[in-house]
Amino acid sequence: MGATITEKILAAHCGRDKVKPGELVNCEIDTIMCHDVTTTPAIEMLEKYQIPKVWDPERVVIMPDHFVPNKDIQSAEMVARIRRWAQAQGIRKFYDIGRHGVCHALLPEQGFVTPGKTIVCGDSHTCTHGALGAFATGIGSTDLAATLATGKLWFKVPESMLFVISGRLPEGVYAKDIILKIIGMIGVDGALYRAMEFCGEVIDDLSVEGRMTICNMAIEAGGKSGIINPDDPTLEYVRAHSSENFTVYHSDPDAVYSCAMEIDVSGMEPVVAVPHLPSNVKSVRQVGDVPIDQAYLGSCTNGRIEDLRVAAQILKGRTVAANTRMLVVPATTEIWKQANREGLIDIFMEAGATVSTPTCGACLGGYMGILAAGERCISSTNRNFVGRMGSPKSEVYLASPATVAASAVAGKISDPRQYL
Amino acid sequence: MKGIAHVYPKDHINTDEIIPARYLNSDQEAELARHAMEDLDINFTQKVCPGDFIVSGDDFGCGSSREHAVWALRGAGIRAVIANSFARIFYRNCINNGFLAIECPGAARKINDGDRLEIDLVNGKIVNLTQKQAYAFQPFPEFAREIIAAGGLMEKIKKEMV
Ligand code: SF4
Repeated sequence: MGATITEKILAAHCGRDKVKPGELVNCEIDTIMCHDVTTTPAIEMLEKYQIPKVWDPERVVIMPDHFVPNKDIQSAEMVARIRRWAQAQGIRKFYDIGRHGVCHALLPEQGFVTPGKTIVCGDSHTCTHGALGAFATGIGSTDLAATLATGKLWFKVPESMLFVISGRLPEGVYAKDIILKIIGMIGVDGALYRAMEFCGEVIDDLSVEGRMTICNMAIEAGGKSGIINPDDPTLEYVRAHSSENFTVYHSDPDAVYSCAMEIDVSGMEPVVAVPHLPSNVKSVRQVGDVPIDQAYLGSCTNGRIEDLRVAAQILKGRTVAANTRMLVVPATTEIWKQANREGLIDIFMEAGATVSTPTCGACLGGYMGILAAGERCISSTNRNFVGRMGSPKSEVYLASPATVAASAVAGKISDPRQYL
Repeated sequence: MKGIAHVYPKDHINTDEIIPARYLNSDQEAELARHAMEDLDINFTQKVCPGDFIVSGDDFGCGSSREHAVWALRGAGIRAVIANSFARIFYRNCINNGFLAIECPGAARKINDGDRLEIDLVNGKIVNLTQKQAYAFQPFPEFAREIIAAGGLMEKIKKEMV
């Protein structure tokens, strides 16, 4: 009986040949990423339990992103505390303002994600990094403190679900549409506790960035992780961004899955997740005429350069509708600079959108684009829960960057294909 | 362990509802507790007495990894959450804090808001003192019992480190 890529990575990190779903294992963690919101409680715990030193400062990467540039005094204090702590601990990988960005976009870009690694972060979207064939999962602050203290963390080996994406992706339909469709099919707890493994000809043809969009939203189906077996594009991406050594694992042909699903995307249309769950998925056409107040392009799901290019293609020579505002938030400093070099920033500004510095900002209702009661936003982010981007009486619709841009131009939720 | 049940029968109550992100610039339990469940039920904190329980449907605590959700509920006086099922990271966070997340399918259908409950951890039973009924719940896995018995993951680690 073969093993899945997830089982192989976990086995290799707990010193065993094989592990079975349901077993509890204590795994070595290769990379521990820390951001501003969940790290201070972990620091406090380490202090409370008088654990003076982190296990290995070289494995820790700190990327404040949620409320930076500092939103208010409290967030400033929070980041200042982390900065002091990092210095005292000798943690050198600290991405402060000027090199900052949304952690899940920054981590692979800066070369910290390589195949076969174990990666944890006190953030649920850590599953993004499975796109490069790593085991990556979100944890809480106590888990974070425990990992910082010991370099290890306990896991229940998850069962794996296999999603075979077949057919040909039609024009105007993107990775975001695929993952929304899957969440719509299986529900927000359809993959509870399990690893979601994606494969098939459509995945093979997707860029590494598109694969990140897919794995990013595994948590929206309740998944413990999302993962894609590494191939040539993966290795090309990794070699271009990282000088680390790594081991590539692949699922065996006879690996065991709790279920396998084939999804043919050939006839697919652009989709939108309507309030207030990511699983409330409808085709853009079914949504009908829904006016919007705000269009938001950014986040760890869809704030990468490819996403900005698609949106710029639609916005070029057009303008954002009256009574609609559009915010563009490139996910990292490098992406911002690249967009600037390519003239994308000009296109957005000429169209009447505004471009901010990288931040999580309004994606989680932090700041920089908060919604008032009764307002409606179409967003390239990943959650449309009640109050996610502001007032509990506001609404968030999730869609691809193309659909966000098309909707900004039309002032209502719109099919991007008419603008391509 | 006795207390009043606050029943929120819906499924997928998420961490943004338990503690909205706009309050995450603090990690102080007392501060977070003031805003617990605020977007779902603005009167929540006034209703809860120390030692009470939340009863809910499927997938309680889905969404973000913020442990602030556990702290907000604990700070507000909640002793345990009883739900059909829990989201993964929230469940981990409960165990790691020695906070009780009790899986009891159907609880939200059988228990009425305001019922007095008694939780019997040793026998894995919820006794509904108001309705004179009892429901069995999933016993905690061995490792979770160890962490809860130690008073949380950090306590356990500290003991193992010395
Ligand atoms: S961009 Fe949004 S979803 Fe991603 S890490 Fe930041 S707050 Fe979380």
